[in-house]
Amino acid sequence: MNAVSSEGLTKRFRSGQVAVNAIDLAVPTGSVYGFLGPNGSGKTTTIRLLLGLIRPTAGSHTLLGEPMPAKAARALPRVGSLVEGPAFHPYLSGRDNLRRLDAADRTADPRTVDKRVDAALDRVGLLAAARKRYRAYSLGMRQRLAIAVTLLRPRELLILDEPTNGLDPQGTREVRALLTSLAASGTTVMLSSHLLSEVEQICSHVGVMHLGRLVAQSTVEALRAQTVPRVQVRTGHPAAAAGTLTSLGLAEVTVDGDTVTALLGGAAPEKVVAALVGDDVPVRGFVVLEADLEEMFVSLTGEGFDVSG
Amino acid sequence: MSVAELLRARFFRSEVWLIFGRRRNWAGLAVLAAVPIIIAIAAANTTPAPGDGPDFFANITANGLFVALTAIVLELPLFLPLAVSAIAGDSVAGEANLGTLRYLLPVPVHRLRLLTIKFGAIALFTVAAVFLVAAVGTVLGLALFGTGPMLTLSGTELPFWSGVLRVVLVCLYLSMCLIGLGAIGLFVSTLTEQPLGAQIATLMLTIASYILDQIPQLSGIHQYLPTHYWLAFGDLLRDPIAWGSISGGILSAACYSVIFFGAACARFTTRDISS
Repeated sequence: MNAVSSEGLTKRFRSGQVAVNAIDLAVPTGSVYGFLGPNGSGKTTTIRLLLGLIRPTAGSHTLLGEPMPAKAARALPRVGSLVEGPAFHPYLSGRDNLRRLDAADRTADPRTVDKRVDAALDRVGLLAAARKRYRAYSLGMRQRLAIAVTLLRPRELLILDEPTNGLDPQGTREVRALLTSLAASGTTVMLSSHLLSEVEQICSHVGVMHLGRLVAQSTVEALRAQTVPRVQVRTGHPAAAAGTLTSLGLAEVTVDGDTVTALLGGAAPEKVVAALVGDDVPVRGFVVLEADLEEMFVSLTGEGFDVSG
Repeated sequence: MSVAELLRARFFRSEVWLIFGRRRNWAGLAVLAAVPIIIAIAAANTTPAPGDGPDFFANITANGLFVALTAIVLELPLFLPLAVSAIAGDSVAGEANLGTLRYLLPVPVHRLRLLTIKFGAIALFTVAAVFLVAAVGTVLGLALFGTGPMLTLSGTELPFWSGVLRVVLVCLYLSMCLIGLGAIGLFVSTLTEQPLGAQIATLMLTIASYILDQIPQLSGIHQYLPTHYWLAFGDLLRDPIAWGSISGGILSAACYSVIFFGAACARFTTRDISS
């Protein structure tokens, strides 16, 4: 079963702009799903649709098997979410902000609220600042508080929009470790990001958005398999090296100064080295360039990952 | 949801705390409470000119409750509607502006439940504001002027406790009227993400209603104006009580509450939360 599933989910704004265009999401239960795309590609709008904050123009979706928004009361208590950055009451403390959200949850146990709030704050490293007003929090602390909201109770699904936004490298690492441990305990995690590196490190599945469309969706391994490794040879006789690589049947042989690159294809790297040495090519360096997801995403989305769409 | 259920709900208490825990709102309530204090001090320092005999003023000031009633008369045109508009206008638009709606709704909080809670909190604040003015006026008035019989608008005198009951009735009546305004404010608040805009719009509606109510050529619509029956609370101070306008005022306030709460629900349940 899929924790998140959508069919033809579409959002056309009153301005006529189609922010989300007939996407069919499938986030398998137990997966860590990276929802990738450049800024402005429709990720946040999709997340708002999934949570029922905005109504779709067309299409439908389910969360944890429950049709939305009809069964929102059944599905949403089991879903933790973070949408488009933190937003809290500035004159309330971090702790009071969490207590307010917990009070709004009819299914939460009021007797355990103090314990749960403090446990959530502790887990994101905010316990020491629990009594500080939210307006005095730094951007990173605000982001941590938003993550703490999702930890107020055990969840089966987390939908997180750019969860490491505004965090310092240490904070980013902590959040990554937190998500990994939650995923290990069986929570399905869907996180959006415009940073490939973030997704590549912790995700098992990816979906790629571009201009409101879901242009790719599969496991990270399957995507990686679609990319082709290259060999790179540094040599004093690039022309001779290029000749050897061509004679081995490698494609796209290109020479750039003292460096020759080619697609490895099905050839074994050690055979290539042996052939070069056998042809008396002086090899100074030999590298197999592994599959490059970044290049693949750029080719899918047609632009760099930090470019606004 | 019954009223008892509402008051017990943890979410409702959190909403009330959001209003009463805010320093800005404390300042507003302090301004409301300052008016009866000023009236009491001013009246205490007014001595009737000698030789004026057993005058009307002396009659009124024999009972401290007049301080509460005078304060209400003075605050009804602007201060009380301003306080209600400020809270009601902020109710939904304020949370939209902060972005907290996008955390509150996926908790999940059903949108109708959210509006019910918000309206309940607005109503509670309204009652608190009206009774605060009356209570400060009553306590101070009784301390400075004593607990003599109360002079009604019909010229008769009521025993002290009957007078107190009349003041409570006035407060309940005006609370109802102002809750009607609160419903209008709640509706306006669902239209925008700018709380200040909703607050000003609600207050301007009140003032516009007062102005239209003063134009004789428009007498045909006067009874439909939200503020039309507000000053009728004076009828509660007659002996016996003149119920004609009072029941009109109760009906008008109930209609405004129901219609605009309904409009707020219709608007809010279908709205995209994109803040």
